[in-house]
Amino acid sequence: MADLSIDFAGIRSPNPFWLASAPPANSGAQIHKAFEAGWGGAVWKTIGAPVLNVSNRYGAWHYGGQKMLAINNVELISDRPLEVNLREIRDVKRAWPERAVIVSAMVESTPEAWHMIVRQIEDTGADGIELNYGCPHGMSERGMGAAVGQVPEYCEQITRWVMEVTKIPVIVKLTPNITNVVYPARAAVRAGASAISLINTINSITAIDLDTFETSPSIGGKGGHGGYAGPAVKPIALNMLAALGTDAEVKQSGLPVSGMGGISTWKDAAEFLLLGASSLQVCTAVMHYGYRMVEDLCDGLSNWMDSKGFRTIEDFRGRSLSRISDFKDFDLSFRAVARIDTSKCIKCDLCYIACNDTAHQCIDLIDPAGAVVAPYAWDIRSNGRAEAVATRPQPRVREEDCVGCRLCYNVCPVENCIEMVELPSGRESITWDQLVKTKPEVTEDWEAMKAYRKKMGIEVH
Amino acid sequence: MSKPETNGLTEHFPPLTAQEALMEANRCLFCYDAPCAHACPTHIDIPKFIKKISTENLIGSARTIFDSNLLGATCARVCPVQELCEGACVLGAEHKPIMIGRLQRFAMDHVYQRGIGVVKLAPPTPWKVAVIGSGPAGLSCAGELARRGHGVTVFEKRELPGGLSTYGIISLREPMEASLAEVRMIANLGVKIETGAHLGAELSIRDLQARFDAVFLGVGLGATTAMGIEGEEYAIDGLWYIEQSKLNGTGMKPGRKVVVIGAGNTAIDCATIAKRLGAEHVTMVYRRSPTEMTSYQHEYEFVKKEGVTFRFLTQPVAVLADNGLVSGLRAVRVELGEADASGRRGPKPVTGLEFVIAADQVVKAVGQQRPSLAETLGLDTEKGYIRVNEDFETNIAGVFAGGDCTRAKNAASTVMAVQDGKLAAAAIHVRLMNAEARRG
Repeated sequence: MADLSIDFAGIRSPNPFWLASAPPANSGAQIHKAFEAGWGGAVWKTIGAPVLNVSNRYGAWHYGGQKMLAINNVELISDRPLEVNLREIRDVKRAWPERAVIVSAMVESTPEAWHMIVRQIEDTGADGIELNYGCPHGMSERGMGAAVGQVPEYCEQITRWVMEVTKIPVIVKLTPNITNVVYPARAAVRAGASAISLINTINSITAIDLDTFETSPSIGGKGGHGGYAGPAVKPIALNMLAALGTDAEVKQSGLPVSGMGGISTWKDAAEFLLLGASSLQVCTAVMHYGYRMVEDLCDGLSNWMDSKGFRTIEDFRGRSLSRISDFKDFDLSFRAVARIDTSKCIKCDLCYIACNDTAHQCIDLIDPAGAVVAPYAWDIRSNGRAEAVATRPQPRVREEDCVGCRLCYNVCPVENCIEMVELPSGRESITWDQLVKTKPEVTEDWEAMKAYRKKMGIEVH
Repeated sequence: MSKPETNGLTEHFPPLTAQEALMEANRCLFCYDAPCAHACPTHIDIPKFIKKISTENLIGSARTIFDSNLLGATCARVCPVQELCEGACVLGAEHKPIMIGRLQRFAMDHVYQRGIGVVKLAPPTPWKVAVIGSGPAGLSCAGELARRGHGVTVFEKRELPGGLSTYGIISLREPMEASLAEVRMIANLGVKIETGAHLGAELSIRDLQARFDAVFLGVGLGATTAMGIEGEEYAIDGLWYIEQSKLNGTGMKPGRKVVVIGAGNTAIDCATIAKRLGAEHVTMVYRRSPTEMTSYQHEYEFVKKEGVTFRFLTQPVAVLADNGLVSGLRAVRVELGEADASGRRGPKPVTGLEFVIAADQVVKAVGQQRPSLAETLGLDTEKGYIRVNEDFETNIAGVFAGGDCTRAKNAASTVMAVQDGKLAAAAIHVRLMNAEARRG
């Protein structure tokens, strides 16, 4: 059995799964229930400045019959009085000493306000503090949340105020609504933060009602951008996580990163860990299915670790970071082609039309006699199951023309039917960067490029 | 809410709910050059209409269906989808095929229930076409010509229009109202429908040719074939039996022990009616084996589940009656010999193995007679069916035909008749346009 426990900047947790600072972590009663279900920790819903909330605060994006691929919210930080939250935090930590209890905070941008909240949190016995520099709506209009996270200097200043007084680890939570997430991360490093977490939610408007022309949801006839989260944002979160893991300054600091953004399954979790996350936070999936989903997060991750021979999370954490590179360093001589497994192919021809309309026109339809045929080649007087099935052509890749773009692989609805097969290109490895250095003319002039392609036997049709 | 009075033959499949339809439509892969559309005899662009259900563009969905098949509401109900679209679905091999028939009905119900006309009409032309018969072939041809702007009059000999969809398909699959609604839709395209108009009696083909620029015959087939057995007059005609169940509703009472002769679609429907309306025993008697049955496999499975029993390799010899009341069917055991003209093995009596199946009602559903009209009108025939060329034209120039009355090849079905009517209309249209061009 794999050991899922973690030590995150000194905060211990029996597993890496924490409730993110959000509605699932809004009260003591909820977090008691979550810990009973097996969550390793919880980041208490942000406490701090007084607020009032609105109805219709959650919107969602649904697609193709799948509900809630992403959620959008205009909920503010905790709307429960500060002392109630502080009392419940104390009770929860006392009842669950081995779980991680971290408190997210956001107050007005003065040293006094921050000093006060840090001390109040410390008094509860909580394990750590998360600084919410990410809330993209409401709070940011009051100069808090993303208004701080979007300005590295503000991040640094406020973090310094916090670090002046804190005795417990401090996590700086970053907003993705910024051109380059590395800059606020470096600010956190400079200010002496204990850890970083990302991503907070992304600015979004989920829908417009086609009958009322209002936003959906509509808050008394109005709406605006909220914070977007859930499965749809995972790739964005992974990219930002990798950006921190590959930034020399952040990497050198050794600050652990708590990863979040669309984690819904143990597979998502493993990917975040492979890209260097030390703990994981989850919200939308819990809002969709409840606390019980932590069971498979742990079980699936543990079984996967066993199958790979990993005893602890540290055995593989960050292992994929070395694979993150830039286009200029990719091997231009790497060649892969798509191959369709005819025994699995159901002949939906989605690969055919994707390739022919939008990619490189290298999938043919082959009739049962072996001839290439056009689509819709059947006689309009033919019909019936037997005839339609027996005469249906088989899509086949013309490997010599395939550029290996992988579009067909992505559209194929059958698992493992299309495989990207690596083939020798017959050319020596070379990257664009090397080309720029050794043959700069090829990278600057189309005639030189054409000559280079001819010499290397590179044919692009 | 009290349930309306039913006779056990209300439509078998309930309509899909909006939620069910959406989920099912989302399951469709949206295949390119999809096999379901090839398998459909009218080649409805099935992925297109299903995709439109998934985007909640139901008017566009219905229009997509009508583009290829004006009788989409009937076909959604009566098509043997297992043998056609759904049978060819790429999800059928390892998963469940998409419920194409029921999704089609969902899109059709949407426009029919709201009275939304979605078929666009071309500007009117001066050309006039007579269509004889208001069954699927006739209505399809009439509607296709009307949407092209031609003036169409349909002549129907019976009291109600719709042909077999109205009278001959068990309500379980298509209630009469669904067929009549479809007729009204075709009429709304500008088609005149005259019922009680019998070709050959008050209408002669010559008159029609004088009054119209083209004639289409979609006259179907005749009464149930005579078996030539003793006491046959005591046997009830299967088509009449179905008709009674549709017209008479709750009033129809079947026998207690019913024997149905035959094993085609009509025979299956008759057996189902008898069982559903309260017969204690229903036995289907067929002189060949299950392999040669002309009903579809799913129909066979359906009536077996209904509790109908089968006597295969059993050839009727006489319908027995006491004082005019049916008492049983005398039959003889047969075995199968060589393949006959239909390609099926023919039955040979096993001498001495005669027996009587007790019955108080005998229904015969052994296929319909070839169209008698062919002879009356002097039309060439093929195996007794009206002979037509590639353009569905008979040997009389300007007289076209389609549907069951021309079905010398392949099994007769509603959807094939619809396609015939559609293709014949296209041929007639080309003919009329060419004539117009010549006229200048």
